[in-house]
Amino acid sequence: MSRLDINKTYKLYIGGKFPRTESGRYYAVNNSKGDLIANMCMSSRKDFRNAVVVARKAQSSWESVTALNKGQILYRIAEMLEGRKAQFVAELIAQGETKASAEKEVDLSIDRLVYYAGWSDKYQQVFSAVNPVASAHFNFSSLEPTGVIAMMAPENQGLLGLVSIVAPAIVGGNTVIILASESKPLTSISFAEVLHSSDVPAGVVNILTGNSEELYSHMASHMDVNAVVYCGKNQSIITEINELASNNLKRTIFYKKNDWTDNSCESPYFIEKTQEVKTTWHPTKV
Amino acid sequence: MSKNNNFKATWTYADAPESTDHIQIKKQYELFIDGRFVKPIKGKYFDTINPSNQEKIASVAEATSEDVDVAVKAANKAFKSWSKLSGKERGKYIYRIARLIQERAREFAVIETLDGGKPIRESRDIDIPLAANHFFYYAGWADKLEYAFPNRKPKPIGVAGQIIPWNFPLLMAAWKIAPALATGNTVVLKPAETTPLTALKLAEIIKESGLPKGVVNIITGAGETGASIVNHPNVDKIAFTGSTGVGKFIQKAIAGTSKKVTLELGGKGANIIFEDAAIDQAVEGIVNAIFFNQGHVCCAGSRLFVQESVANLVIEKLKRRLETLIIGNPLDKNTDIGAINSTKQLKTINKYIKIGLDEGCEIYQPECNLPKNGNWCPPTLFLNVSQSHRIVQEEIFGPVLTVQTFRTIDEVIEKANNTPYGLSAGVWTQKGAKIFNLTQKLKAGIIWANTFNKFDPASPFGGYKESGFGREGGLHGLKSYVKFDD
Repeated sequence: MSRLDINKTYKLYIGGKFPRTESGRYYAVNNSKGDLIANMCMSSRKDFRNAVVVARKAQSSWESVTALNKGQILYRIAEMLEGRKAQFVAELIAQGETKASAEKEVDLSIDRLVYYAGWSDKYQQVFSAVNPVASAHFNFSSLEPTGVIAMMAPENQGLLGLVSIVAPAIVGGNTVIILASESKPLTSISFAEVLHSSDVPAGVVNILTGNSEELYSHMASHMDVNAVVYCGKNQSIITEINELASNNLKRTIFYKKNDWTDNSCESPYFIEKTQEVKTTWHPTKV
Repeated sequence: MSKNNNFKATWTYADAPESTDHIQIKKQYELFIDGRFVKPIKGKYFDTINPSNQEKIASVAEATSEDVDVAVKAANKAFKSWSKLSGKERGKYIYRIARLIQERAREFAVIETLDGGKPIRESRDIDIPLAANHFFYYAGWADKLEYAFPNRKPKPIGVAGQIIPWNFPLLMAAWKIAPALATGNTVVLKPAETTPLTALKLAEIIKESGLPKGVVNIITGAGETGASIVNHPNVDKIAFTGSTGVGKFIQKAIAGTSKKVTLELGGKGANIIFEDAAIDQAVEGIVNAIFFNQGHVCCAGSRLFVQESVANLVIEKLKRRLETLIIGNPLDKNTDIGAINSTKQLKTINKYIKIGLDEGCEIYQPECNLPKNGNWCPPTLFLNVSQSHRIVQEEIFGPVLTVQTFRTIDEVIEKANNTPYGLSAGVWTQKGAKIFNLTQKLKAGIIWANTFNKFDPASPFGGYKESGFGREGGLHGLKSYVKFDD
């Protein structure tokens, strides 16, 4: 007996809620045969700005969550993803992956989350320093999150690319607004559901779908964004992001990788890229 | 409060000028390119002026884009062998430079004070020793770089174009050159046009040290020269210390290139005094935070926040302390506040003082006899100011302090962080937990607790937000001058 499938409506993820784009616009994602898989939200500048507001609001409390707790939350994301593997594999296959590569991508995404969960209470120890100054002061340098980060996810690997740049940013106490792969967006919104059930506070990760060529300039020019991450090779976009970022001296980070599967795509240096060094002095003489 | 001049009336200081006999200044300085002092291609020169008496000290070559090109080519050529030299050998050259500065420290201090107007006590005790120590510190890193970056192989970047400001001329040159050399880069450095002399004296030392030619090139000029360095296609890394405005311009100018950049920019540091602070120490800290180097300090504590319950006491003590500050001849060892670095900067400061008055803020300046010639500004307080006043929002870069009060910790954190800048902050309290609560929440790269304006080669320096990015000093300062394969 045949049964009609229930298709999923994909919306955005902003401030722990799943709204539609305020613009009412959508774009169609088809499978290789040309059948419609989903209508995705075509996010607008206003959606992005709304997401910045909630990301800013969430940032200081997320930063102050203990390292241990952040690690446990990232581990929880991995657990939730593990439990829903089949769904993610199916979505990746629908977007054109082979079964083997889809399974590999989901497995790697889960393992990468576990990898960064483990770094949560260790990167600080690797990158901090007690500085032996030549005066009677106790002086140390430690890392603090850069703040609110706007990201454009890698286009090729819809799940693994997104996880690979979001995990190191949030484990370091930043909050993010990420625009998903335009051509492979399904898993990004399903990943939002995973985040939603993983004790990640609302506003820490905000996920938009849409067109990066439309949104990159807004992401690079927003005055309440501290850093912008662009994954792609379009040199004119890179140039323009740098130019616009100079309005408030945003940190700009560019990843030109095509493939996020190999081991060089995970290291504590990905965390360090979205951190600031704070140095504190205190007298030791009484 | 009535003017309190008792101190000055009772205690007068005999002049104690530092001698200028032992220093050597040429009438004219050339560009230091490829190990030689060469005349600028276009043959232009500008004067460097003593800001305490407006007298010309020397003529200095003005490098045009043609000279920049020659210097960058020399640095590029030198990079091939310098970057292959062993870390041990590189380090030994840097140690030599450190020692040569120490040997001529007094001469450097006097010239720094003549050219820039800062009190001899500061150039003698702070600028010059710190500059020598900076070379000494990074010399030791040259053969140990693989320990600084776990699991990575650092490589030099190439030619570093370095542009430095006029507030700590030799010290900033040291901050730029020492880590660049330790990591195997070569350098084209441009000192500020109002304070070129100690960098040019440093060029003499570098020549004496036997450093291979072209590894360090020092060229003089103003903003256009700096722009030529920034835009030169063979410059691989830009290191700039200066205003946030120019920093933004640089980030934009190199947007389409693969140049790496570190920017050390402006600030509007909050200095926070709690009611449980050691008040007398805090008052000294306030003075040091804003009047050190005439307030020409990017990390100056230019916004004072005093808890309401002790505000009257602190302000009264502060005013009395200002009465005792000695302003005048920078070469006099008694002098606390020297000359404003340039006529242009004095104009900027006076513009802000006028803005403060126009905005209705209450001004306080102690009575002082300023010298007739030269650029001078008395230490200045602005009381009854609020967050929205321009003198609270914008960097003045002079001896001008705004004073606000607060009641609660949350309020002062909010106010302190409410600025586009994020370079420094100070906290004064005797309670340990309060210190760490504040130092964690203040968005700034350097936090001084119960102290202010302390610097050390081992201590990373640099800002959050619009105060720039990258760190100078310490282990973290190495990262700005290396690249990695991945």
